[in-house]
Amino acid sequence: MKILVAVKRVVDYNVKVRPKSDGTDVDIANVKMSINPFCEIAVEEAVRLKEKGVATEIIAISMGPKQAQEQVRTALALGADRGILVESDEDLQPLAIAKMLKAIVEKESPDLVILGKQAIDGDNNQTGQMLGALTSMPQGTFASEVNVADGRVSVTREIDGGLQTVNLSLPAIVTTDLRLNEPRYASLPNIMKAKRKPMDTFTPEDLGVDATPRVKTLSVEPPAERKAGIKVADVAELVDKLKNEAKVI
Amino acid sequence: MIRDQETLGQLIDGIARFVRERLVPAEAELAETYNIPESIVQDMRDIGLFGLTIPEAYGGLGLTMEEEVLVAFELGQTSPAFRSLIGTNNGIGSASIVFDGTEAQKQRYLPRYATGELIGSFCLTEPDVGSDAASVKTTAKKDGDHYVINGTKRFITNAPIAGTFTVMARTNPEIKGARGVSAFIVDATSSGVTVGPKDKKMGQAGSHTADVIFDDVRVPAENLIGGKEGEGFITSMKVLDRGRLHISAVSVGIAERLIDDALRFAMERQQFGKPIAEHQMIQAMLADCKTEAYAARCMVLDAARKKDLGQQVATEASCCKLFATEMVGRVADKAVQIHGGSGYIAEYAVERFYRDVRLFRLYEGTSEIQRIVIARNMVKAAS
Repeated sequence: MKILVAVKRVVDYNVKVRPKSDGTDVDIANVKMSINPFCEIAVEEAVRLKEKGVATEIIAISMGPKQAQEQVRTALALGADRGILVESDEDLQPLAIAKMLKAIVEKESPDLVILGKQAIDGDNNQTGQMLGALTSMPQGTFASEVNVADGRVSVTREIDGGLQTVNLSLPAIVTTDLRLNEPRYASLPNIMKAKRKPMDTFTPEDLGVDATPRVKTLSVEPPAERKAGIKVADVAELVDKLKNEAKVI
Repeated sequence: MIRDQETLGQLIDGIARFVRERLVPAEAELAETYNIPESIVQDMRDIGLFGLTIPEAYGGLGLTMEEEVLVAFELGQTSPAFRSLIGTNNGIGSASIVFDGTEAQKQRYLPRYATGELIGSFCLTEPDVGSDAASVKTTAKKDGDHYVINGTKRFITNAPIAGTFTVMARTNPEIKGARGVSAFIVDATSSGVTVGPKDKKMGQAGSHTADVIFDDVRVPAENLIGGKEGEGFITSMKVLDRGRLHISAVSVGIAERLIDDALRFAMERQQFGKPIAEHQMIQAMLADCKTEAYAARCMVLDAARKKDLGQQVATEASCCKLFATEMVGRVADKAVQIHGGSGYIAEYAVERFYRDVRLFRLYEGTSEIQRIVIARNMVKAAS
């Protein structure tokens, strides 16, 4: 079984992001970049499926600037067998990414495509679903458990108010939620070896996709600063303020 | 020398993350229990921390000196006991075999040091043998195809968990100095080897040292490192520069961690209506710490690069060791001062680091020995 796993290059989750002074975007100059945490969970799940003998090959793919190959290498160090980078300096948006993933899916015919449910930069939560629509593959999103057996994958999904299990025929798409697994640390020897694993590079044009952004960012602002609070004398005053000032009850 | 910037970047990122997510949160437990939890030891094995300097051909990473100090900067960001656990396999505990071992010795031990399956410990210091290291009193007498070792070794790092000891013993009592000393690999389970109780130390809780006593320990002659007598001490001196630069880099890492802790404290702690980081005398301490730590970082990197280029760096390594370890002592002192009364309370990491860093001025050559090395080399070069 072949697994395609998508990894996105994002600002590291430890970095406190700030808007640019002109408010056009988030300032990512000289900021540490990492693999999106949800994508890391996707890689881990693929590697576990391979360790169980379910999967035979894992292909890690990333899209973005040339430096996104670092995130592909990280996936290779974690256990993926080969990498693909779709290189573009455009602001790649979910629809374009889904279209390019579709082109790769057609090329590689994976049995399972695993993606993070969303990336911590855009928080879009769209790419997996769009890929499902474009390829007509069944999808199990927000996975907290994945089991592959007899040409099918059963995905336990975290939904509002509980868990839902869907059983999909392969090939299928899975997007990962936080509780699916706890990703391992790449071992240092594997980081060294990842350099020698193969990586193909394409451009959006190679894949026949127009990656021009469709969504325009109007402005980026920091969240409003929290204002100083006040002390109330008793419960009666609190209730009065909640009712008449905050108007929340 | 950095062999591949991108790969090294990933390596450093991986280690930094492991330190931040796994080791730093375990510091308090380590300080309380004097023990590194087994799950963390296993993680350290799994990610390959025991094989940083062991050549790639034997399952290690074969880091260059520059790469090693960059890694040590990161490992310094947490309690030094974690680094101490992997320190001997990456340094004195394996180095004699790496440098001068026979191929059979390398094959037999290095892959197991690299995975951490086996802990290698180094036995040079004795009750009466410290800075005057070449005056080793432990003896090794040839007896057929064995040597019989007798003597007591002191302050042996990782002795309680060691699988092998690299033991410096005098094979030729006629030669008083270094040339009479040979190095042996001694299996810790050999009959006659006794490890004493763990030493109670000022700091570095969780890093264990103990006496190791050799009482008529029979060691096969094939365990004589390099297969030649009289080379042992000379071999061990080859790792000296490397060890000194490594300790210097760890000192820089810890200084940076202390500065980070002190800065964060100073920005949060309010006195006289404003954060103390806005008071000039606190600022002066912060600035002095930053400057010194940066100077030491530059020194260490410069010396490491020179060593990778094949230059002799004995003087530079001693300069680094002297400055970086004294520097981290001053930084730790100021970090406690910035914390005020809180800096004396064990709840804050600076109290612990203040005691931990005291060791750096003592081992791998005291500050006094470093000054002697530097000055003697200066005189020698000029005459």
